[in-house]
Amino acid sequence: MRLPKALRNTSLVIGAAISLAIILCAIFAPYVATHGVEQMDMRNRFAGPSIEHLLGTDNFGRDLWSRMVFGARVSLSIALISVACSAVIGTVVGLVAGYFGGWVDQVLMRVTDIFLGFPAIVLALAIVAVLGPGMFNVSLAIIVVAWTEYARVVRSTTLVLREQNYVQAAKALGASPARIIFREILPNALGPIIVLASLGLGTAVISESALSFLGFGLPPPTPTWGWTLSYGTRFMRDAPWLSIVSGATIMVTVLGFNLLGDGLRDVLDPRQLSRGGGMAAKAS
Amino acid sequence: MPDTAPLLSVDDLEVHFPIRAGVLRRQVGAVKAVDGVSFTLKRGETLSLVGESGCGKSTTGLALMGLVQPTGGKVRFDGREIAGFRRKELRDYRKRMQIVFQDPFSSLNPRQKVRDIIRAPLDIHGIGTKEEREAAVADLMARVGLRPDQADNYPHQFSGGQRQRIGIARALALKPDIIVADEPVSALDVSVQAQILNLLADLQRDLGVAYLAVSHDLGVVEYISHRVAVMYLGRIVEIGPKERIFSAPQHPYTELLMRSAPSHDPRHRHSFSATSDDIPSATKRPSGCAFHTRCPLATDLCRRVDPQLTARDDGRELACHHR
Repeated sequence: MRLPKALRNTSLVIGAAISLAIILCAIFAPYVATHGVEQMDMRNRFAGPSIEHLLGTDNFGRDLWSRMVFGARVSLSIALISVACSAVIGTVVGLVAGYFGGWVDQVLMRVTDIFLGFPAIVLALAIVAVLGPGMFNVSLAIIVVAWTEYARVVRSTTLVLREQNYVQAAKALGASPARIIFREILPNALGPIIVLASLGLGTAVISESALSFLGFGLPPPTPTWGWTLSYGTRFMRDAPWLSIVSGATIMVTVLGFNLLGDGLRDVLDPRQLSRGGGMAAKAS
Repeated sequence: MPDTAPLLSVDDLEVHFPIRAGVLRRQVGAVKAVDGVSFTLKRGETLSLVGESGCGKSTTGLALMGLVQPTGGKVRFDGREIAGFRRKELRDYRKRMQIVFQDPFSSLNPRQKVRDIIRAPLDIHGIGTKEEREAAVADLMARVGLRPDQADNYPHQFSGGQRQRIGIARALALKPDIIVADEPVSALDVSVQAQILNLLADLQRDLGVAYLAVSHDLGVVEYISHRVAVMYLGRIVEIGPKERIFSAPQHPYTELLMRSAPSHDPRHRHSFSATSDDIPSATKRPSGCAFHTRCPLATDLCRRVDPQLTARDDGRELACHHR
């Protein structure tokens, strides 16, 4: 028996498995964790991995496995919030710019360029520095940069789709621009948006970790991956697993989302989107 | 039978696309895709626009649908002038004028069920209750020869001919008076073409809908038309009843077109020779009669003076100095 096409895509399967495992860990953190996040075990400070402490402990004797598991909640929450918001903002901007064209397009795309012009991490640092730490502020710092990519991709997809005959047919029927954009164009532009979103989850996790690493993430004692990584570097010599484990956690998570995104890109074949005719710009 | 009062009258329609160049986007020229086209269409009649690629026949159809903005001319529909193609005014007009596209694959949204595609016109114009719309969809599907139980399928589950039927059902949903058929069968297999053409003819007989058919296939044109308009470089060079145009083409370009249509008889070879194969573009329209660069009858007069479309005795109008 042949597997469905999607299941024969290795990167999709592995990526989905990793992503799903981490998401499940985050959701069921209280059950997956073996210790409390702030539960200290002073006699076992800097303990190596053991049965008692699966991934060892940190300088206060807090269980690293449990902190990683609860850290997944922080990272994934921020990643999901920022990806959802930036996808919505970027998609709407891209659809409007691509569909209406002309000066609307010019204005929206120049605004996009301005946001792209800032170095992403510096802009994010500035936002968190001004607004203060907090889950929403960190998400906002990521959204401000991340939406531009959706806007650009969706705009270019829209430019292709709006010339399709079914869009022309809807216009001929007298459909409103809103109806054309959301009923005719958006469903056909979803493929690239989904791919971008799953890649974006990885990027958001990195951004959040980077902010935490630099001390601009959620403040301790919140267990964040980035903060554990940066704090662990102080004890690199004696307890290297602190940095190694938190770094590896970030890496595996990002890898999972990236594999998922790559797999989805292959499955949601872009050729499938343009199937059914090329540009309808004939003028005979 | 065609009624006598014109339902649609097009007067001097122009569609010019600007060519811009340089940093300042200055207009340096224009593609005169449609350059002064006038005709009338009666209720229940089929008028075909024919001509080679790039002669503006499709653009004329799209401009009448408001899908391409006309740059000049007047369009009167049922006695009312469609001024400037503003959105509000178009809404009502669009209920009564619809379009069927050439390519049945790109004209249907791949993400929508057939039910939703055919119901869309009713939704957009808020016609009927939910139940009435559903019933209308089933009626329309039956009318164009589809099984109503296929309504929940997606377009890719249908063949080209069936998809074109879906497109026709969508165009019929608002009970339009005129349907612009932009090359309605040229993307289909020959055997399917006949079915679709017969469907169009049946619909005209039953519903009294008028067609503005755009085609380059003379066989199709001869089969469906009452009248034929031959276009060359954005203008009509000859227009008249189908029988007259096909049995006795008068304009040299019409003649060229008729003779270049492939014949089923291999002994029937092309005998007409155009003096040049150099086809001028809509960007640089030749002086005088636009066809003089290819016309075997061309004289000095043709190079200088543009012939006007004038009525002849047999009901046709012709733009030629020599015929």
